Amino acid sequence: MWIVLTTSVITTTASAAPICAPGMMPTAGVPSMFDPRSAPAEMILDITWLVTAICAVIFIIMQGLIIWAIIRYRAKHADGDGSEPPQVYGSNPVELAWTVIPLLIVFVLFLVSARGIFEIDKQEPPAGALEVTVVGHRWWWEFDYGAQGFTTANELHVPLTKDGESQAVFLTLESADVIHSFWVPQLAGKKDVVPGRTNHLWLQPLEIGHYVGQCAEYCGAQHANMLINVFVHTEADFNRWVANQQRAASQNNDAAKGRDLFLSTACINCHTIRGTVANGTFAPDLTHLMSRATIGSGIVPNTPDNLRNWVWDPQTIKPGCDMPSMKLTKDETDLICTYLETLQ
Amino acid sequence: MTAAPPSPQLQGAAPSLARLHEWVVTVDHKRLGIMYIVTGLLFFMIGGFEAAMMRWQLAWPGMDVVMPDEFNRLFTMHGTTMVFLVGMPILLGSANYLVPLMIGTRDMAFPRLNAFGFWLFFFGGLLLYFSYFGAQGLYGMGSAPDVGWFAYAPLTERTFSRGHSTDYWILGLLVSGFGSIATGINLVATILCMRCKGMSMMKMPLFVWIMLIDAILVVLAMPPLAASQIMLLFDRSLGSHFFDPQNGGSAVLWQNLFWFFGHPEVYILILPAFAFVSEIIPVFSRKVLFGYPLMVAATVSIGFISLGVWVHHMFAVGLSPAVNTAFMASTMLIAVPTGIKMFNWIATMFGGQIRLHTPMLFSIGFLSQFLFGGLTGIMLAVVPFDWQVSDSYFVVGHFHYVLFGGLVFTIFAAIYYWFPKVSGRMLSETLGKWHFWLLFIGFNLTFAPMHVSGMLGMPRRIYTYQLERGWEFWNLLSSIGVLFQALAIAFFVWNIIRSLRKGKPAGDDPWDAWTLEWTTTSPPPPWNYDIDPEVRSRRPLWDEKHPEDPDWKYE
Amino acid sequence: MSTLQSNALPDLAPVNNLPKGKLGVSLMIVSEIFFFGTIIAVYLFYIGKDLNGPYPQDVMDPPFSAATWKPLAVSFNSIFLLTSSIWIVLAVRALRAGAMARFAVCWGMTILFGAIFLMGTGTEWYGLIVNDGLWMDTNLFGSCFYTLVGFHAFHVAAGLTLMTIVLVLTMCGYMDKRQAGKVDLLSWYWHFVDVVWIVVFTIVYIIGYYG
Repeated sequence: MWIVLTTSVITTTASAAPICAPGMMPTAGVPSMFDPRSAPAEMILDITWLVTAICAVIFIIMQGLIIWAIIRYRAKHADGDGSEPPQVYGSNPVELAWTVIPLLIVFVLFLVSARGIFEIDKQEPPAGALEVTVVGHRWWWEFDYGAQGFTTANELHVPLTKDGESQAVFLTLESADVIHSFWVPQLAGKKDVVPGRTNHLWLQPLEIGHYVGQCAEYCGAQHANMLINVFVHTEADFNRWVANQQRAASQNNDAAKGRDLFLSTACINCHTIRGTVANGTFAPDLTHLMSRATIGSGIVPNTPDNLRNWVWDPQTIKPGCDMPSMKLTKDETDLICTYLETLQ
Repeated sequence: MTAAPPSPQLQGAAPSLARLHEWVVTVDHKRLGIMYIVTGLLFFMIGGFEAAMMRWQLAWPGMDVVMPDEFNRLFTMHGTTMVFLVGMPILLGSANYLVPLMIGTRDMAFPRLNAFGFWLFFFGGLLLYFSYFGAQGLYGMGSAPDVGWFAYAPLTERTFSRGHSTDYWILGLLVSGFGSIATGINLVATILCMRCKGMSMMKMPLFVWIMLIDAILVVLAMPPLAASQIMLLFDRSLGSHFFDPQNGGSAVLWQNLFWFFGHPEVYILILPAFAFVSEIIPVFSRKVLFGYPLMVAATVSIGFISLGVWVHHMFAVGLSPAVNTAFMASTMLIAVPTGIKMFNWIATMFGGQIRLHTPMLFSIGFLSQFLFGGLTGIMLAVVPFDWQVSDSYFVVGHFHYVLFGGLVFTIFAAIYYWFPKVSGRMLSETLGKWHFWLLFIGFNLTFAPMHVSGMLGMPRRIYTYQLERGWEFWNLLSSIGVLFQALAIAFFVWNIIRSLRKGKPAGDDPWDAWTLEWTTTSPPPPWNYDIDPEVRSRRPLWDEKHPEDPDWKYE
Repeated sequence: MSTLQSNALPDLAPVNNLPKGKLGVSLMIVSEIFFFGTIIAVYLFYIGKDLNGPYPQDVMDPPFSAATWKPLAVSFNSIFLLTSSIWIVLAVRALRAGAMARFAVCWGMTILFGAIFLMGTGTEWYGLIVNDGLWMDTNLFGSCFYTLVGFHAFHVAAGLTLMTIVLVLTMCGYMDKRQAGKVDLLSWYWHFVDVVWIVVFTIVYIIGYYG
């Protein structure tokens, strides 16, 4: 329990206020597996307590025996007379006991854990689940809400309930390049994201909130900065978020020059802005960029300054990432950012 | 103990050159053993430096001690170095030195193959490190390998791994791996073909039994790694598609192939630790090893089962529940013979007269730390728990407890125990105790907090982390531990240097031990024994010292 | 227990040491089994998984069909390799008996038959690469085929090299019946290469063709 106490004692700094926050969201805490907020994470924690207890007892006993042996059987000066203690070559009953008892312990542990595997690892979506396809890229996350008709990036938004009932979320995991791993400890165990293979992960959120995780399989230079932000909303907030995401990109005339500049540069080869000619799929969808709290896959808050620095030269924020500096002038950067900031 | 006269070509050459020539052309198992161990210890310093740099970078969020790509090279080289260029050579070198002595014979079965194996390891290691200079590819990219020590595909394919760094990883390990296989064959042949009179299989020291199983695992496990690496090399250079998902290849196939080698490899690394303490604990408890036959059976079981657990490194890959369950079963099963060994060692200590010299201190450190690491291993075998902490710092903590707290501590125990035999001089007990306590503190301070940060969500192989995650306190503790470890190693190096020059002369049998190597001089003559030994029990020297109560009455 | 019995040393236990040359070569063969086993496992795994042709049935003839018996085609080749094992058995027997001329002839025939096998492999590869457009990068079948058959051919070539050295030593008069044991060990390696070919043939040309 001391881990949970420590976790709650550690202060978390709130990220800078994003331009368009999705409702009043509590800031994410420490992504501790001991603070589960989803059914599969709870099930894993239950099994964890059992195995930890068993191992702790074994540790205390065995470590105690080691310490006891050192204290009780330490050579005293009087033993320097050359006599040796009685030589004990073995003992069949004792050796049988410490073969059979560990086998039994291991057998019990196996049964409990095996049941856990089959209960937690769902191959089919639970009835009524929200289905989202997650595509891992180097070094960002794509989220396809196929049934709802839009694609977004780096933030996974899910509802707590649907029609008043707890709603499951069934993720389909794919990779666009190398192996990644999707891990949000408070919501579920991890599942690798493997090219050429489709995996699944089941979440069942229990509380609204903001939960964090990150890629857990080394995938190259910026593996450390492939963060995941999950937002569990009330049903109403979620529906509002979905409705916003479903709209095509806003056509704000104040940013017309910026928009024209954007659409005439190579940006459109990698990025998609729905409702424009930009339809690249190599990089995050920017249609509702400003609805996101962070940029760069979670590593810096989505503030005007950060956005500007990113557009001007992403390598200063995420060295090694696949977006090059587009060699824009200061004015061009300003125009582009003015346009991007209209993409609510 | 006259050395062989220098070869005719070198008559009149400077004595130091003549001595160097002797070492370069030697086929003497004792010299090769020393060369293996010394080279392994040098690589240990390099690997330790790599770790220290990583811990400095991770001491606090957002540090920029090293660039991201440099960090990625550091953890790749650290892992590859410690497993292949420290663990393997020190263990094969120790077996090389001790096995012929313990079985009462003159040398290994194939002395020239022995030398061949050493030099392949040596040059393979140099080839790997040459990557820092030579791996620049067409685009000027590439330095040391940066794909992790298990080099998952398709990250290692040409598309994602530019330049030649991955090729150096492959080639360096192919060369040194070939040498390991040669030495493995040599050890099995030596043990099965050259035992002295009276030494039936069940009268060998347990050290020899364990090295036999270890060498068999080397012969079985390293060829699949070679085959896999060659297939990867073909992917990278000839355009084949073995691990190329875009053309039908399978990323998971690499994982299966690698871990089919990789899991037996970690048992190859830990079994010699068991071998060391199985000799040291009895001598310093003044009691025979408890339950020798069961220890042999446990060793054979571990060797056998270790070939069937590899998928436990892949529980998060998304394989079927049935497969995960089957491998969870085999992984939990292997805990039983391992636990048996722990019980037997502790039972050896009970009723004894424990002498807390440095070898015993390190062995006791091993018992406690391996116990802890073994138990976190059982936790990791529980698949749902593994789904949370796989590929996190919990795993990093686990394997460092078994490989550092376990294996490396026993390597130091073995050095303090057999250094007198090898060099003829005792190491300083005082310096040894400083070494032990500083290392014990530093090791635990570094690796215990990792279990916490892992359970708080910190994944492996990240060059930095966010302040909001709450991991910084644990990382700082880990980094502070490095200072203690570095100091400990300094004491060790000073101990070696000082003792070689003016350590107390050891004599044949400074520890009052019982196996054959303590019946000959320190250091042994090139031919090991003036008269071929004959043994009637597992502890021939005990029989000589206690003629009224010899072991052969009770075995 | 009488005092006499308790003071008398027991007999030395029998040691049962194995012959080290035979054991060493056997262990080397075991390591090679695991090496080939890995490549074979990968081959079996990838059967039927090609994304594009040419597929095995496009470029291979049905096993044991007429086309495969043409000179230097695969069944023809296999006969020569398998027969070379008979020649090597005869050679070793001759050496044990001290019949050096007979040894040299049989040993030379072993090498010749092995070389014919390699020529056949080369011819087959030429056809596949130039006529069928199959190389390692074409598809999974290409990657697996050339790796497996290629490593086998490499081991054949290595064996031929070692055997040629022995032949040269024989011609120069350095060989006699005392070396029969060591030459026999080399023949074990050759038999192993043969057995591997039987497995490779079955997997590549029979299972791979139909699978």
